Amino acid sequence: MILKTALLGAVAAISLAPAAFAERGSDGHVNILYWQAPSTLNPYLSGGTKEIESASLIIEPLAGFDETGAVFARLAAEVPTLANGGVSEDLTSITWKLKPGLLWSDGTPVTSADVVFSGEYCMHPEGGCAQLSKFEGVQSIEAVDELTVKVTFKAPKPNPYLAFVGGTSPILQKAQFAECLGAKAQECTEANFNPIGTGPFTVTEFRTNDVIQMAANANYRDPAKPAFATLTLKGGGDAASSARAVMETGEFDYAWNTQIAPDLQESMAAGGKGIFVNAFGTLVERIEMNLTDPSPDLPEGERSTKAHPHPILSDIKVREALSKAIDRALLVEVGYGNAGRPTCNLVPAPANYASDNTGCIAQDVEGAKALLAEAGWADTDGDGILDKDGKKLSLLYQTSTNAVRQDFQALIKQWWNDIGVEVELKNIDASVYFGGDPGSPDTFQKFYADVEMYANNFDGTDPEAYLAAYTCEKAPSPETQWQGENINRFCDPAYDALVAELGQTGDVAKRGEIAKQLNDMLTKNTFTIVPLVDRGRLSAASNTLGGVVLNTWDTELWNVSDWFRVK
Amino acid sequence: MLTYTLRRLLLAIPTLLFISLVIFLLIDLAPGSPMSQVPLTVPPDVKQKMMEALGADQPMIVRYLLWLKQFFLIEPLHVIDSWTGLHLAGDAQRVVSWQSRSPVAEVIAQRMPQTLTVVGLSYLIGVLIALPIGILSAYRQYSWFDQIGTFFSMIGFSVPTFFTGVLMIVVFSVWLGWFPSVYDTTLVVDDWASLKLQVRQMAMPVTVLALFNASQISRFMRASMLDNLGQDYVRTARAKGLTEQVVVLVHVLRNSLIPVVTVIALGIPTIFGGAIITEQVFKVNGLGALLITAIYANDLPMVQTLTFIFAVLIVLFNLVADILYGILDPRIRYD
Repeated sequence: MILKTALLGAVAAISLAPAAFAERGSDGHVNILYWQAPSTLNPYLSGGTKEIESASLIIEPLAGFDETGAVFARLAAEVPTLANGGVSEDLTSITWKLKPGLLWSDGTPVTSADVVFSGEYCMHPEGGCAQLSKFEGVQSIEAVDELTVKVTFKAPKPNPYLAFVGGTSPILQKAQFAECLGAKAQECTEANFNPIGTGPFTVTEFRTNDVIQMAANANYRDPAKPAFATLTLKGGGDAASSARAVMETGEFDYAWNTQIAPDLQESMAAGGKGIFVNAFGTLVERIEMNLTDPSPDLPEGERSTKAHPHPILSDIKVREALSKAIDRALLVEVGYGNAGRPTCNLVPAPANYASDNTGCIAQDVEGAKALLAEAGWADTDGDGILDKDGKKLSLLYQTSTNAVRQDFQALIKQWWNDIGVEVELKNIDASVYFGGDPGSPDTFQKFYADVEMYANNFDGTDPEAYLAAYTCEKAPSPETQWQGENINRFCDPAYDALVAELGQTGDVAKRGEIAKQLNDMLTKNTFTIVPLVDRGRLSAASNTLGGVVLNTWDTELWNVSDWFRVK
Repeated sequence: MLTYTLRRLLLAIPTLLFISLVIFLLIDLAPGSPMSQVPLTVPPDVKQKMMEALGADQPMIVRYLLWLKQFFLIEPLHVIDSWTGLHLAGDAQRVVSWQSRSPVAEVIAQRMPQTLTVVGLSYLIGVLIALPIGILSAYRQYSWFDQIGTFFSMIGFSVPTFFTGVLMIVVFSVWLGWFPSVYDTTLVVDDWASLKLQVRQMAMPVTVLALFNASQISRFMRASMLDNLGQDYVRTARAKGLTEQVVVLVHVLRNSLIPVVTVIALGIPTIFGGAIITEQVFKVNGLGALLITAIYANDLPMVQTLTFIFAVLIVLFNLVADILYGILDPRIRYD
C-alpha cells in the first residue's frame, strides 16, 4: 500500500515537473469566460466583482489573501505584523516595505510614491472611489523612503490589512494616473482601460463589456511565470452557457461563477471535459426579520421605523418557530447543489470567527408548533391560520426576482403554512430592490414587509465592519434617507458595547471570541437574522488547465500566474 | 419630391426632440439606480459619493439639458475633430457611460461591426430567401411547395430565437462540434483561414436570425402577390400574349413589392438595434447586448443615446420607405 502510494506520488511528481520548470509563455493561450463582462479595468471606479477580478490580472495590491484567508505578500517584501514590528504597538500605524527591484510593465521602477498616490487617488473627495471604505480611518499615507510606506490611522486599527490588501485596492502607477485625480478620474478612459501594472499580464486590447486580450508581462517579478503567453477574457451570455463552453464544448478553459441548477451541474459534469471547482466564503443567504411594523395603515414616515414595534415578530418565540420550520438541507439540494451548504451563522467563516452554532439545521415542525402555542397563537376560527386577540398570523415575505429565490419562497411558504402561518409572497426586480432609491417603497433597506430574503457577505477575512452594521444608529429611517445596513432595526445596547469592544481589541483569538458572540446575538439568541444557506463560489475549469485553486477571500483569478497547460 | 423630402426632414427635428425627452423621462422615472449592481459590501455613503462623481444626483432637467448639449454639440464637434485634426471640442465632457466611464460614441462604434455583419447579413439572407419563396408560394398557391413554405415560416415565426439558438448550440457545438458556441469579436479577417473561422462562427447566429426574418417577409410577399395575381391588369397582360415570366416577374412583382418594400425598409432600423436575445445566446456582444447590459446597469447616458439613435433611424427609414413608394409606383407623388 505504502509502495503504491509512493509510486503514485512519483508519477504525480513527474507529471507536474514540466510545469515547475516551464518558461514564461511556453504554454500558449488560455481562454477565460465571464458571463458578466467587465466594463473597466479600474476597480476603484467600479466596485463590481467582474471588474475587480479581471483587473487583478494586471494590477496588484501590496498583499493578498490566499485560499485559507491568510494574508500573503504580493508587492510587499513581507506582511507587516506586530511581531516583526511592521504594525506599531499601539495599532495606529502599519509600515509596508516593497520588494526591491520591482518594475512596472513599462519598465519603470515601482516606488513608494506609487503607493502613496494610489491612496490619494481613492481618498480624493471628488473621485467617487468605490473602495473608499478600505481607507476608512486612515489619517495619512507617507513615503518614508523609496521602498517604504507608512499608513497612519486616526485611532487604533486592530485589523490594519484593509488599504492595499486584496484585489479591491491595488496599486496604480502614479505616472499614468497623475492627471486623473478627483473629478478627472471619470475622464481618463485610456488609463482606466489600459492600466500599467505589475501583475502577470498586460492589456493588449480592451473592449468594454465585451472582451480583454492580454499578453504575459515581460517585467513580471518571477521570470518563469506566467506559463501562458497570451490570455483572452471574454464576457457575455449567461451562467449556463458559459458552463457549457467549458464542460461540454471545451472552447474555454475557465468559466467564472457558473451558478446553475444542481441537476444541470450533474449533467454537465458528466460531459467529462472539465470539473466544477467550489469553495466556501462568507456569502450567506438569509431571512431577515423586521422588528418594526411595516403596516401600510401607518402614516408614511412611521412605517418600518422604531416608533412602532412589529405586532407579531417582536415576539422571539414566533421568530424561533419560523426558523425551526425550515428544512435547510432541502433548500440546498433544490437551489445550489455542491455550491451551497446549510448554515445557522451570519459569519460562517473564517474558522477563527465562525461560531459552532448548528442548532437550526434539523427541521423541527412539532417544536415550531409548540413554540407558537406557547406564545399564545391558536387557530380559534378553524381556518388553518393561527390567530391571537383577533389578529391573524399573516406575513408578507419579499425578495428579489431570481429563479432560485422564488423556489425558496415557495418551499418556505409551504413549511410556514404547515405550522399555521399565512404567507404572502412578493418579488421585486433586483435593480429596484438593491437600488437604494429612497423614493421607492420596494428597497430592501426600507423593508416594507415582515420578512425578506437576500444574500450578503463581507470583503476580506475580518467581519468587524460587517457585524458593526447592526448597531442601533445604523437602522434605516426617514431621517437617514432610508440608508443604513441594520435593516432589521435591531437595537441592543449590549450588542453596541460589544461592537465597540471589538473595535479596540487587537488580539486575534479575542477578536474571534467577540465576533462569535455578536454572531450568536443576531442568530441563535434572538433569531433576528435566520441564516439559510452558506453559498460557495462555483466555477468551471477545463481538464487541460492546471494550477486552479479557487479562493473566496480575494479575487478568483488570484493565482493565474501559477496556471499551466496539462499536457 | 425634393421639397417633400426637405419638409419631412425639417418636421423630423421637433419630433425627434420630443422623442428624446420622452425617452429620457421614461428611463429616468423607471425604478432602479446605477448603484444597484455595486455589491452590498460597498457602504451607502460611498455609493452616494459615487453617484455624485457620476453627476447622477443632479436634478432631472439639468441632466437632460446636459445630455442635449453633449449629444448635439460636443459629439458632432468630436467627429469633425477626428476628421480634420482640429481641436474644436476642446476638453468638453462627452456623453460618458456610467458603467465604464468611456465615451458612449466610441463604444457604439466598436460594437457596430459585429452587429452589422451578423444581424445585417442575416437580414439580407432572410430577404433573399423570402422573396423567391413568397413569389413561388403565391404563384403555386396550395401546392406542395406552398404548404412546406407555410410550415417552415410558421416554425420560424413561432419558435423563439432563445430556443432555436440554444438548440443549435447543443446540436452543432456540443454533439457535432462543427461550429464554436462563443463568437470571437476580436477575430481579424485577413486571409482564407481567418475568413473560414469567421464564416464558422457566424453560421449559427446568422441562420437563427435569417430563419426568423425570412419567415416574416415571405408571408408578406406571398400575401401581396396573391392580391395582385387576381387583378384585371394581370388578365390583360396575359391576353396580350405576354409570357408568364414577364407577367409575373415584371407586372405582378413590381406592384406587389410596394407594401413589402415598406416592411423591409422599416425592418432595417431593427438591424442596428441588434438582436438582443441572439447576441446574448451566441455572445456576439453587438449593439443589442450593449443595450440590455446598459438597461440592467441603469446606465442612463448609454440607454438614452442608443434608443435615441434607434429613433432617428426609424424616422429616417420611414422617409426612405415613402420615397421608395414613389420610385416603384410613378402614380404616387407627394408634391
